[in-house]
Amino acid sequence: MDKTEAFLDVSIWREQNGDGHFETYQVPRRANQTILDVVAWVQQQADPTLSYRFACRVGMCGSCAMMVNGAPRWTCRTHVLKVAEGASLEIAPLRNLPVIKDLVVDMDPFFDKWVAADAVFAPSQTRDDPMAPITPDDTMRIAADDAIECINCAVCYAACDVVAANPDYLGPAALNRSWSLVNDSRDAGQAERLQAVSAVGGCHNCHSQQGCAKFCPNELNPTLSISGLKRATAKSLLRWGR
Amino acid sequence: MIRPHRTHALWLAFILHRLSGIGLALFLPVHFYMLSLALTDPDQLDGFLAFTDLLLVKCAEFGLVFLLAVHMFGGLRLMALEFLPWSPRQKSYAATAVALAFFVSTGFFLQAV
Repeated sequence: MDKTEAFLDVSIWREQNGDGHFETYQVPRRANQTILDVVAWVQQQADPTLSYRFACRVGMCGSCAMMVNGAPRWTCRTHVLKVAEGASLEIAPLRNLPVIKDLVVDMDPFFDKWVAADAVFAPSQTRDDPMAPITPDDTMRIAADDAIECINCAVCYAACDVVAANPDYLGPAALNRSWSLVNDSRDAGQAERLQAVSAVGGCHNCHSQQGCAKFCPNELNPTLSISGLKRATAKSLLRWGR
Repeated sequence: MIRPHRTHALWLAFILHRLSGIGLALFLPVHFYMLSLALTDPDQLDGFLAFTDLLLVKCAEFGLVFLLAVHMFGGLRLMALEFLPWSPRQKSYAATAVALAFFVSTGFFLQAV
């Protein structure tokens, strides 16, 4: 981007009641400006009716993901300098999720699929039992470690063409969470979980395009997790479901 | 134009695998039909075999062999991804599959002309 440009040409998706279009705004350039800064400027200085979602501004809460120049990004940690084409930006709501208004999407389908993937811890002990000893060099613990820093931002869900093509597909984030639980030796719900992730819309729908890993802001690799689930369900089949 | 969320090597490997699969699925019925002519109409088969000596047809065959090879090596890559312990070298494996497919198809072409 030309740093001498004083303004950015920003196209932002505006939508209400299912009727949407891009509107263009002139936004002043600032040093170290993020995409979220740009959206906030438009809402505060140009059009207070613009709706968008954010909370922490520091890449922890996973609220502010949007499509930026056609690719899914966490906007609070994405610098304008790195993604703008010339002096222009196109900011749209996350792909593959229904739009509520402007840049705000309905996250319900995304989280419903976490439940459908049985991505919920099933305890095998009570609080009265002693703490389960799991050492840091435990193989399963190391495998779980690779999958546990997800911030639920749905960037992977928006990057995935299988989600776009198959509404039943559970998606990278839910399957990644299930994989972290498959590697939790304290969990008592493994048979049900493997059944959930190998049912219609489960891990075997993944085409290994690896867009999830490419765009995950926390550099997780859901494709790795999904391939682990594929192996685990294949092994389970050979053991006749045991 | 490829949309921005798809502009990475492993999505291109995916689409190459998908398109080569579709190409082979379209080719195979024609291939089996031509083979069946050996039993049903040998004269027509001989005429067709003479037609395949044309350089243009050899070039098309190069494409077919490339599709076959890239689908086979790409398929092996995907089976390794799904059944072997994870490797971080996914892009290298995809590039190797394409390189091997070029090697095989170019070898075929050099021998054919």
